[in-house]
Amino acid sequence: MPELLLELFSEEIPARMQAKAADDLRRLVTDKLVAEGLVYEGAKAFATPRRLALTVHGIPARQPDLKTERRGPKVGAPDAAVQGFLKATGLKSLDEAKIQRDPKGDFYIGLIEKPGRDAIDVLAEILPVIIRTFPWPKSMRWGARSGKPGSLSWVRPLHAITATFGPETEEPDVVKFEVDGIATGQTTYGHRFMAPDAINVRRFEDYEAKLKAAKVILDPQARKDIIFADAKELTFAQGFELVEDQVLLDEVSGLVEWPVVMMGSFEADYLKIPDEVIRATIRNNQKCFVVKDPKTGKLTSKFVLTANIEATDGGKVIVSGNERVIRPRLSDAKFFYETDLKTKLEDRLPKFEQIVFHEKLGTQAARIKRIERLAAEIAPLVGADVAKATRAAHLAKADLLTEVVGEFPEVQGLMGKYYALAQGEDASVAAACEEHYKPQGPTDRVPTDPVSVAVALADKLDTLVGFWAIDEKPTGSKDPYALRRAALGVIRLIAENALRLSLMKVAASALAGLSAKPADAEKLPSDLLAFFADRLKVQLREQGARHDLVDAVFALGGQDDLLMIVRRVDALGKFLESDDGKNLLAGTKRASNILSIEEKKDKRTFDGAPDAALYSLTEEKALAKAIGEVTTEANAAVAKEDFASAMSAMAKLRPPVDAFFDKVRVNDDDAGVRENRLKLLNEIRSATRAVADFSKIQD
Amino acid sequence: MDASLPAHMRPERSFQGFILALQRFWAEQGCVILQPYDMEMGAGTFHPATTLRALGPKPWNAAYVQPSRRPKDGRYGENPNRMQHYYQFQVIMKPSPPNLQELYLKSLAAIGIDSAVHDIRFVEDDWESPTLGAWGLGWECWCDGMEVSQFTYFQQVAGFECAPVAGELTYGLERLAMYVQGVDRVYDLNFNGRDGDQKVTYGDVFLQAEREYSRHNFEIADTAMLFEQFKMAEAACRKYLESGWREGNRKEHLMALPAYDQCIKASHVFNLLDARGVISVTERQSYILRVRELAKACGEAWIHTEAGGVA
Repeated sequence: MPELLLELFSEEIPARMQAKAADDLRRLVTDKLVAEGLVYEGAKAFATPRRLALTVHGIPARQPDLKTERRGPKVGAPDAAVQGFLKATGLKSLDEAKIQRDPKGDFYIGLIEKPGRDAIDVLAEILPVIIRTFPWPKSMRWGARSGKPGSLSWVRPLHAITATFGPETEEPDVVKFEVDGIATGQTTYGHRFMAPDAINVRRFEDYEAKLKAAKVILDPQARKDIIFADAKELTFAQGFELVEDQVLLDEVSGLVEWPVVMMGSFEADYLKIPDEVIRATIRNNQKCFVVKDPKTGKLTSKFVLTANIEATDGGKVIVSGNERVIRPRLSDAKFFYETDLKTKLEDRLPKFEQIVFHEKLGTQAARIKRIERLAAEIAPLVGADVAKATRAAHLAKADLLTEVVGEFPEVQGLMGKYYALAQGEDASVAAACEEHYKPQGPTDRVPTDPVSVAVALADKLDTLVGFWAIDEKPTGSKDPYALRRAALGVIRLIAENALRLSLMKVAASALAGLSAKPADAEKLPSDLLAFFADRLKVQLREQGARHDLVDAVFALGGQDDLLMIVRRVDALGKFLESDDGKNLLAGTKRASNILSIEEKKDKRTFDGAPDAALYSLTEEKALAKAIGEVTTEANAAVAKEDFASAMSAMAKLRPPVDAFFDKVRVNDDDAGVRENRLKLLNEIRSATRAVADFSKIQD
Repeated sequence: MDASLPAHMRPERSFQGFILALQRFWAEQGCVILQPYDMEMGAGTFHPATTLRALGPKPWNAAYVQPSRRPKDGRYGENPNRMQHYYQFQVIMKPSPPNLQELYLKSLAAIGIDSAVHDIRFVEDDWESPTLGAWGLGWECWCDGMEVSQFTYFQQVAGFECAPVAGELTYGLERLAMYVQGVDRVYDLNFNGRDGDQKVTYGDVFLQAEREYSRHNFEIADTAMLFEQFKMAEAACRKYLESGWREGNRKEHLMALPAYDQCIKASHVFNLLDARGVISVTERQSYILRVRELAKACGEAWIHTEAGGVA
C-alpha cells in the first residue's frame, strides 16, 4: 500500500521544541487521515535542527466509497416534498428510488453513493491546513510576504516542503500543494556545511539513506545513541567516566545533524571550584558534558563537546576554540567563588531588608526572622538542637545573595553549605543550608539530620501559612508558589522521619509570626489541614495505594498528627485486604444501611446503649459482648498507637457480626426488641470508629 | 577573504581591517554603510537606522558600527573582556532576504572564519528589548562554542508589528576579533595591524577611557543632574512628539527623529543611574516602562512620516 513522505525544511528549530513538534506532526496528520477514512498501518516522525519529517505507511490509495440511504416522503406525497427529496439525494426521478414498506406505509428510499477520493487528493487538502495551523509554542513571520496580512507563521523561516505519495514499487507522486509561496516537491538538502547540495528523494527509505550520505542523521534517538556511546568511549579510553546527563543529551542531540564528539581540557587549577559549579558552568553555557575520575568520583579537568561537523583539520581548531571559551567562563566562576568566600554569610543578611519576598508578606529579612523563630519552636519536637536550628535558619537563605548563585540559580543551597563550612559552621548547620530546600518533589531525597528537618519544616510551613493568610492558594493547574510541592514536602519530612507534630499547633504558631493577619485567622489551620489531607490522598494515589482511606481517617475528627494518620491509613489498608477486614467492612456497611433506612422511617436516631435485658438470642448476646471487648481492646491499642493490634482486635468482630446478620431479624415485631437491635447495630458502627469512619471507605 | 589585501589590513591581523572587511562585505550585499549615530546608546539596535527604519513598509538595508555604552559593565580596564564601551556591528535588512543565513555565513568567511574547520551553530535565543517595546525570534550564533553574533527576525518594534519583517544581525566585534586574532585579553588586540613600534593595540586606544569611565559611571556621575536630565529628556521627547503632528491632525508627523533622540538620551541616563546604584528594584521597572512609552510614541510618530511609509 502507498506511503507518505513529508519533510518541512526550515532554518534552525530550537532544540527544546523538536521532539514535541515531531510528535504533533505525526498526530495531526494521522488523526486527519483516519477522520477521512484513510486507516493507515504505521507512522513515524523525526526532527533535526533543520527539518521535521514524517512517514506514514500503509495508506489506502483511495478513500472507501460511502453509501448512505436516505428516507424520503411517503408514496403519493405532494410534489413539493418529492422535488425536495430528489434535490437532496441528487436522483433524477423517483424511478431511481427504492420503495420500502414499514408499519406507517410505503416510503421512497434514495441511495446516495459518495465515491471515495484519491488519498493523494485528500492529502493535498489536509497537509497545508496542518502546516498553517501548526501548534508551535512560538512562531514568527519573515521575508517579503510578511508585509501582507495572513502570511505564514512558522517556528523559523520555512524553505522547502517535500511531500510524496505512492506505493513502494513505483515512482511516487508529489502531493501537490503550496503554502505561502512554497510549492511542494521532492528536493531537500543535506548538512549545512558538509553536503549543502540539493537532493532528490522519492520515499522514506531512500530519503533517510540519502540524508545519511549527506551527513544528516534523521532520527534523534540515533543521534543521542551516537553521542552517548562516543562520549563514554572517549572518556573510558582515558581512564575516566562520563558524567551522564539525560537533559543535556536531549538538548545537544537537537543542536546537531551530524554529531562529532570530541574531548577538551582546562587547567587543573579550576578544579578548586566546587564540582557542581564547574558542571553548571560547562553545561549551561557551553552545552558540554563533564568527566569524572572513577577512582575518586571527583571531576577531572576534561570536558566532552559535540560538534556538528567533521572538520577538515580533524577538529583541532574546534577543540581549542571551545577550550578558549570555557577557560574564561571557569575563570569567572572561580572569581565568583573566591569573592563569595571573602564575605561571611551573616554579613550578607542586611541586604535582605531591601528585597521584597512578596508585597503582602514583607521582605526576605522578615521572612528569615519568621523561619528562625519557627525552626526554634519545631526543633525540640524533631530532636534538633535549638541553637543549631536557629543558626541554620538564620544563614540558610544567605547564599541567594552570592555571586555564584546569582550566576547559577540551580546551585542555591548547595553553595550555602560550602560557604557555611568554609566559615567554620557546625556540620549540621551547613548541611541544613542545603537540605532545607528538600524534598523538592516526590522522588527527591528527604533530609534526616534533625537540624535540616527543623529548618525544612519551618521554611515550608512559613510559606504555606503565609500564602494561605493572603489567600494565594493553588487553584486548578495554577500553583505559582509551588505550595502543593511544599505541602508534600512537609508530609514526606514527617512521615519518613517518623515525626510527631501537631500540624494545627505549628500552623497556628506560624500564623502568629505573620504581620499580616487574615480576617478568618482561626479557620486557617484547619483549612490548611484539609489541604494536607488532599495532598496525602494525591500522594497515596500516585503510589497506587488506596486514597479513600485518608478520608475515613480524617472523618474521625481531631486528626492533625500526620504520622499517626499515615500509620492508621496504612494499618487500615492492610486490614481491608484481609478477609476479616473485607467482611467486617461489609457487615458495618450493612448495619449502616439498615440504620439509615430505619432512622429515616422513624425520623429518629438509635443512639444510646442497648438494654442487655432485651437480648433474646445467643447471637445478639455474643455480638454485644464482642463489641464491648473489641472496643476496649481497640481503644487500648489506639492509645498505644498500635494500629495493627487495633485492627486485629476489630477482626474479632467479624464472626459475631456475620452470625448476627445470619440469625437475627432486626425488625422484630416487638417494637422494644427492634429498637434495641437497632441500637446494637449502631454500636457496631461506633466500635469501628475506634480506627476509622468505615462509611467513608469505598467498596 | 580578499587575497589582495596588504597584511596590515587583513581581518585576522587588524581590528580596523576586520571592521572594514565586514563593511565591505555588507556593502556588496546592497547595504548602505552608515557611520555611528552621534549619541550614547546601549546597543546598535537603538540607532534610528534600526529601531525606526524597521517600522513601515519601505525596504531598508543598512550596516554600521555602533559604539555601545553599558555603564554597568565597566571593570576599570581590569577584566579581559568586559567593558563599559565596545563596538557592535549592526546589519539590518528589510524585508529579511530568504538567504540571510547564507549571507551571514559568507560574512564570517570574509573575516577569516572558515566553516570547514569551525563549528558554527544557530542556537535558539529569542530577543526582547523591554525598553524598546521590541521582540523577535532568532538565534545566538556560535563559533566553536562561543557566541559571536545575534541573529533576529524582528516581529515587533516600539509596540508595532513589523510588516514586512526585518532581519537583524549584531556582531560583537571585539570578541570576534579576539577569536580571529587569537588573543585572550581585549586590550591586546592589534588595532592597526602593524608590527613593532608602529603597532597600536586596543588598549592603547581604549584602556585609559575604560578606567576613567568606570570611575565616572560607578562613583562620580552626578546623580542629581542625571535625574534632572532624565526628566528633561522625557519632557522634551513628549513636547516634540506633540508638536510634530502636521496641523495637529495625527495623520502626518514632522519630528519623529528629534523626539527619538530624547528617548535615546533618557535610556542612556537611566543606564548611568542604574550603574550608580541609585535606582531601587521597583523603581527600575517603572523607569524602563517610561522609556518604553517614549519609544512607542516615537515609533507611532515615525510610521506617520514620509520615510516611515505614510502615503
